[in-house]
Amino acid sequence: MATQSRDAAIVGVYEYPSRDVEGKVNPLQIKAASAAKALADAGLTWSDVDAIYDASEGAPMSGLMISEYFGIKPSVIDTTGVGGSSYEFHAAHALRAIRDGKAKVALLTYGSTAHSSAMAIGAGGRGGGVAPGDNMESFAGQTLIANYAMVARRHMHDYGTTSEQLAEISTATRYHAMRNPQAVQAMNDLEFLNIRETTIEDVVGSRMIADPLHLLECCMVSDGGGAVVIASADVAKNCAKTPVWILGTGEATKYPQNGADLTSSAGVESAPVAFGEAGVTPAEIDIAMIYDSFSITVLTLLEDLGFCAKGEGGAWVEGGRLRFDQSGGPALNTDGGGLSSNHPGMRGIFLLIEAVRQLRGESSSQVNDAKLAVAHGNGGMLGGRHSAGTVILGRD
Amino acid sequence: MAEEQKKVPTRPMPKLTELDTADFWHATKNKEFKYQQCANCQTIVWHPRAHCTGCVDGDLQWKTSKGQGTIYSFSVVRLSYHPFFRSKVPYAVAYVDLDEGPRFLTNVTGVEDPLTDVHIGQRVTLDWEEYEELSIPLVKPV
Repeated sequence: MATQSRDAAIVGVYEYPSRDVEGKVNPLQIKAASAAKALADAGLTWSDVDAIYDASEGAPMSGLMISEYFGIKPSVIDTTGVGGSSYEFHAAHALRAIRDGKAKVALLTYGSTAHSSAMAIGAGGRGGGVAPGDNMESFAGQTLIANYAMVARRHMHDYGTTSEQLAEISTATRYHAMRNPQAVQAMNDLEFLNIRETTIEDVVGSRMIADPLHLLECCMVSDGGGAVVIASADVAKNCAKTPVWILGTGEATKYPQNGADLTSSAGVESAPVAFGEAGVTPAEIDIAMIYDSFSITVLTLLEDLGFCAKGEGGAWVEGGRLRFDQSGGPALNTDGGGLSSNHPGMRGIFLLIEAVRQLRGESSSQVNDAKLAVAHGNGGMLGGRHSAGTVILGRD
Repeated sequence: MAEEQKKVPTRPMPKLTELDTADFWHATKNKEFKYQQCANCQTIVWHPRAHCTGCVDGDLQWKTSKGQGTIYSFSVVRLSYHPFFRSKVPYAVAYVDLDEGPRFLTNVTGVEDPLTDVHIGQRVTLDWEEYEELSIPLVKPV
């Protein structure tokens, strides 16, 4: 604890409000609009930015293209693209660049029109693919949802986890979403049925998409984006808002291997590194921003992050302890999560944004005196090739 | 007739031109499930590729599986937007651990109802779906 560093802080955030842009803006425009707002949130401007981070989802050489488009001249360019967790990786890399004295102000942006472009993300055919391994798998028609479902099925087999327990994840995030006007608007714009708090019965009674995952255990596909500004301690001191310090980070990868345990993710490796660097334990965490592509993602990651032992996640989430107004566990995805607020394909940036809102006292489901948050992104597919990025955040 | 057949959506087919996996797919024409093992470090490499992942002076040898395995996990897909698979729901996708070690992704056939007849731990055997240039390694319960 004594060695906990405060070298870099998140000083500006912005979440693009619309989840259905109806073809009127493109992903780059969402990135730029969000970047300008996040810089303004920090009391900074374009010319302050000397480090750019981009997940390279838009185009090859995105680090060059995005710099020109924004009109900035960064000396640190990082285009790490590892799926939805890219932004946790970017935060980790920005901390290191700033700690090394290579940069003072880092800008992370995301923009997507997955909804209005009608991208078939979850239940598409999964033909094609770019890796040699994909040529072994595309014949089987494993939808993305089925990939996660296979993790859930094995978790149930090994540990007796039930659909009712998994549904706790969905009901907690919807509980938070109903308090967030942007999330409610999102569900309206995306034509959700029955926009209200849900019960366990609602979730397990919803349509089965890929056994054992039901509709209300699957994230939405929205438009959206956002931006995060990370600054050195010197810069952060003079910014407009309370700095939210990056206290620890961890990164890891996992991919299909013979005999591997499908019920654990790469988070098993990234989390101890991040918690160790921060000098804190999961029990001290007030806010858990955990990538909720599906219910099983959160259950697996709660275990991998160390909130409970492997296999005990099902029993641990029972009884609503993940809600912002209950004790006994961290508040989960207090913005409403990917399940009920915002998931344009790569949700990782929103994990950082809502964690910052909580630590500033700006959340629509504010936890009293929130001091410590974890943002954990899972990119790629939980039951296949994926990346894990853990970021521990805290305020003074 | 040929025109009619073209309109029927087909399963996404493996590319025989993909260099790491071409030898595997060519062998499936004879209903052989090939996998690689390193003669230097004994690592079983799956999926097939040109280098050993266990050591840097690898010597990969092709072996042929006896085609028996166990379902490690599975899901029954109820919703797919793919032109071929949308007509197949509900269908089972599964990770199968072959007795020799490779874990591969496939579909489970030969069951009356995938919702009730597929299980983790179930013993399965290869059930080839034949095409002109290659065969697809599906599995069915033993």
